[in-house]
Amino acid sequence: MTSTAVIDKSAPTRTVKLRSMSRDRTWALRWSYFFLTLFAIFALIPPLYMLITSLKTSAEISAATNPWWVYHPTLSNYVELLTSNQFLTFFRNSALVSIFVVTITMLISVPAAFALARMRFWGSATLATGVFLTYLIPETLLFLPLFKMFVVFGDMTGIQLINKWYVLLIVYPTLTVPFCTWIMIGYFASIPKELDEAAIIDGASWFQTLTRIFIPVALPGLIAATIFAFTVSWAQFLYPLVFTTSTDQLVLPVGIITTLIKGDVFAWGQIMTGALLGAAPPLIIYAFLMDYYIAGLTAGATKG
Amino acid sequence: MADVAVERNSAAPVPKVRKRGGLRTALKRKSTAAFLMTLPLILLISLLVIYPAFYSLHLATLNKSMQRFVGLGNFQFLFTRETFWLVVQQSCIFAITAVIFKALIGFVVAHFVHNIPAKGQRKWRGMLLVPWVIPPAMSTLAWLWLFDPSYSAFNYLLAGVGVDRIPWTGETGWARFSVILVNIWVGAPFFMIMYLASLKSVPDQLYEAAAIDGANWWQRIWYVTLPMMRNIIAITTLFSLIVTFANFDIVRILTAGGPLDRTHIFATWAFRIGIEGGDIPLGASVSLFMIPILAIAAVFILRDINKRGNEA
Repeated sequence: MTSTAVIDKSAPTRTVKLRSMSRDRTWALRWSYFFLTLFAIFALIPPLYMLITSLKTSAEISAATNPWWVYHPTLSNYVELLTSNQFLTFFRNSALVSIFVVTITMLISVPAAFALARMRFWGSATLATGVFLTYLIPETLLFLPLFKMFVVFGDMTGIQLINKWYVLLIVYPTLTVPFCTWIMIGYFASIPKELDEAAIIDGASWFQTLTRIFIPVALPGLIAATIFAFTVSWAQFLYPLVFTTSTDQLVLPVGIITTLIKGDVFAWGQIMTGALLGAAPPLIIYAFLMDYYIAGLTAGATKG
Repeated sequence: MADVAVERNSAAPVPKVRKRGGLRTALKRKSTAAFLMTLPLILLISLLVIYPAFYSLHLATLNKSMQRFVGLGNFQFLFTRETFWLVVQQSCIFAITAVIFKALIGFVVAHFVHNIPAKGQRKWRGMLLVPWVIPPAMSTLAWLWLFDPSYSAFNYLLAGVGVDRIPWTGETGWARFSVILVNIWVGAPFFMIMYLASLKSVPDQLYEAAAIDGANWWQRIWYVTLPMMRNIIAITTLFSLIVTFANFDIVRILTAGGPLDRTHIFATWAFRIGIEGGDIPLGASVSLFMIPILAIAAVFILRDINKRGNEA
């Protein structure tokens, strides 16, 4: 807002247009940096505060000193959490769930996207639209019927799925598959037809066209979809909260919240350490694969 | 049904590729293969999304022990509860306020990032997207600690400038403000990224032409930027409205609905009733109230998809 006010003030000096324009630009730039710094501070305060708190002892947290500064940095919170079996179990469960869900998602959505993008068949257009609409159905609408369904399923077959970490392998794909299929349709559809026509003329089967042509060419899309599936399954909170309760079956977010919060003020050092460690895998992936991450984010609305 | 005819017609020219194979067998093999490839997807969606959605309609008509059919009894009961109307009100306040501010902040920040030299943009964009990358459950914990009643780091800063301590999550008004603030913090970067991508696709010539015609900065935004971004703004807002309306983690972790159920939204209240209170049918009835907003969004999006389909 202010940057533009500055532009208007200097606008009447038409005679020295060139100079004033470059001065305007300098000011606009300064204001941009100023506001960007403010917003960046706003964006980074919570993660930074996690880091600050995680380096403190319980005594320092409860002391009346400046909370924004670490006077006696210590790694004891990290040591304690990383040697606690319970926390490592949460981490293992989260990792297992995420890796399996990514695999399942890719196995379902890549062939489906290929079929929907290239092999037009009865109802394929309707199905593609339906996939996108499914993505819009929030998990908060489905958790109660799903819970009841698993209870009924357990009563009928004797297979108890509730309170087992692998129940999440069944429900997470409902969150990841529709979106991944949707963006893969977009990527596959952008591959020139001549490419697969040439492959088929050379005698390739549909399966070979998919594995030899489409997957290598659409690799950036595949990476973006993989990142999406991983971050969604790593961050999911409602489903594990509903479907798992025993401490050895919990995934990281739910584990931290249900076991570390005991109404005890002084556990905050550990809670923040746990939260930071829980946020680390998505952050690391983001740091190294930012462009793919953003491509996946914007693909949903711009493609298709 | 209309679909069928269209699909058959458009499928006809494809077999040209397979010059040797018989037309009929090729078609048959292709559609069978295609069907098999989409089968897991169809099964997943129908068993774990569509079936539960309808099952929840059925559940909503049962009594607490799920043995007796009560028709619309659950809804009648809800309409007489004061908390229900509080939840409706709070869900609307929460979703609408949060989405408006997310969109505004996203728009403004996208412009600032677009303004600075291209080689620095990556760095800023990278920093500003961090709130979206951290799992919301984890970052909300940090906010909860920042809002802590006795050790709030914000209150420490405010005390430095002589402001009284603020009951961030303890008092209705402030608690509502806090959940919305955290939601904006998580969601604004998403808008920023979407708007930035769409700003970059506006051709420079349009701005040059506007500048030659003597348009000021406001006219440039109103007559060039906004019309060019209209589609992306609509779809992002719609999408965010759904997600915010159905939000769970932030409210659950920050206030768990308190104080006195004043910050409950549909999802958290449905969880409280259905899972913690053990009344699955009543919880399902509550969560069904998210459907109207979904239906509206679905209509708009379908229209958009059809339009794009016709243009292509």
